[in-house]
Amino acid sequence: MRYSGFKVLKEALTGHKGWTPAWRDPAPKPHYDIVVIGGGGHGLATAYYLAKVFSKSSVAVLEKGWIGGGNVGRNTTIIRSNYLLDGNEPFYEFSMKLWEGLEQDFNFNAMVSQRGVLNLCHTDAQRDAFRRRANAMRLNGVDSELLDTEGVRKMAPFLNFESARFPIKGGLLQPRGGTVRHDAVAWGYARGADLRGVDIIQNCEVTGFRIENGTCKGVETTRGFIGAGKVGVAVAGSSGRVMAKAGMRLPIESHVLQAFVSEGLKPILPGVITYGAGHFYVSQSDKGGLVFGGDIDGYNSYAQRGNLPVVEDVCEGGMSLMPMIGRARLLRMWGGIMDMSMDGSPIIDKTDIDGLYFNGGWCYGGFKATPASGWAFAHLLATGTPHETATAYRFDRFRKGLMIDEKGMGAQPNLH
Amino acid sequence: MIIPHPLLGPRDSQEFTYLGDAHLIERPDWQAADAQDQFHDYLYLRDNPAGVHRELWFHEQGDRSWLVVTRNTVTHEILSAELARDVARAKGRSK
Repeated sequence: MRYSGFKVLKEALTGHKGWTPAWRDPAPKPHYDIVVIGGGGHGLATAYYLAKVFSKSSVAVLEKGWIGGGNVGRNTTIIRSNYLLDGNEPFYEFSMKLWEGLEQDFNFNAMVSQRGVLNLCHTDAQRDAFRRRANAMRLNGVDSELLDTEGVRKMAPFLNFESARFPIKGGLLQPRGGTVRHDAVAWGYARGADLRGVDIIQNCEVTGFRIENGTCKGVETTRGFIGAGKVGVAVAGSSGRVMAKAGMRLPIESHVLQAFVSEGLKPILPGVITYGAGHFYVSQSDKGGLVFGGDIDGYNSYAQRGNLPVVEDVCEGGMSLMPMIGRARLLRMWGGIMDMSMDGSPIIDKTDIDGLYFNGGWCYGGFKATPASGWAFAHLLATGTPHETATAYRFDRFRKGLMIDEKGMGAQPNLH
Repeated sequence: MIIPHPLLGPRDSQEFTYLGDAHLIERPDWQAADAQDQFHDYLYLRDNPAGVHRELWFHEQGDRSWLVVTRNTVTHEILSAELARDVARAKGRSK
């Protein structure tokens, strides 16, 4: 069924009896050409592009819970492509271009809203760093604007400009950045993949890999063995424990990142604003809630909840940036498990086991990458070669010293 | 989280900074024939278990000792804390 304004009108007049489930609930078949483990944004996008772009008809997505129940439903919904390094920027810009055409492409309202992403700077040195980043973006064909204090004031007059310690000196603006309705991304990809014949199998946990003579023949699951020509793993925070079943250790630690939403407020924030002196980023949802977050908690965790010191730290950052939110109350807070890699950048690569492919290490930037990650992983699974924008995301970059370390933090995942 | 410091008693985890897996104590021999591989694995690869995890915490705002804390990464329950020095010496390290 194709969704359209006309369809909504017709259903409204006929008692909404014509809507059907957006995707099937198939039983697993004994064998697929390609099995994707992980029914989150990246896994579903991978399946969608496998079916749509690479014309693969025998594809399954296995999800241990329900689709979209992990990080794709737990993030702060920000999309942007304002990276510095060559290994990253073309990839994230590819993702941004896919976001721009996504809703028409998969015929689902994902509420892509290019309301702008503004990074604030508070010192001369930080402004220099932003100028360098803005120029690096432009060299990669991405628009970027450097604002002075007055430019920022025009956009967001409510910020704390006169702070004695961290005065706002300007900002780096990417007007094409913005927010997306995160759950709808998972649902849109799921529906699009399902329409093209992909089996989305929920409540099906992978318990092991069947590996014979160095070749992956399929996966053992709670719903029985499923044979596969190729297996792609896109399980974000669970990367470590899933790949351990194949005997692999990864350059990844799992950490918990918390996010918050306030009660609904009148429209005030023009777009996404990030604080340059503390770690705090905020946008306002269409329902009016301020959606914000900050640092990861900083210790290995598989609990989808964090601790209070970080809550305090994030709220202090918010108060320091915009004192006006002081009386807003928190409505909800939650945690997601981040696959923090050793250089802060992701991996989309084959493994040493034939037929087993890996996509992970997204740190806390995985949501914005969803479309490109899916496309690049589908490209790798279908053709055996990396997509042109993802050639740097290899396992062996650590061995070869080709790290893509945006923040220059070294092999210390809780600092990325 | 409250960390039971072996010398100072229960201390808030906010007083500590976190380094990572306690295997970082076991620095490879730089003269080994395969030192390059060993250092790659040592520096970059992690077990990253869901469950019991031994990890290094530094009591930065306290007595500046390094601890090996045994903690459950699924529940955040802390099972024990030892001085990293004692752990290293038990493995035969002299300093």
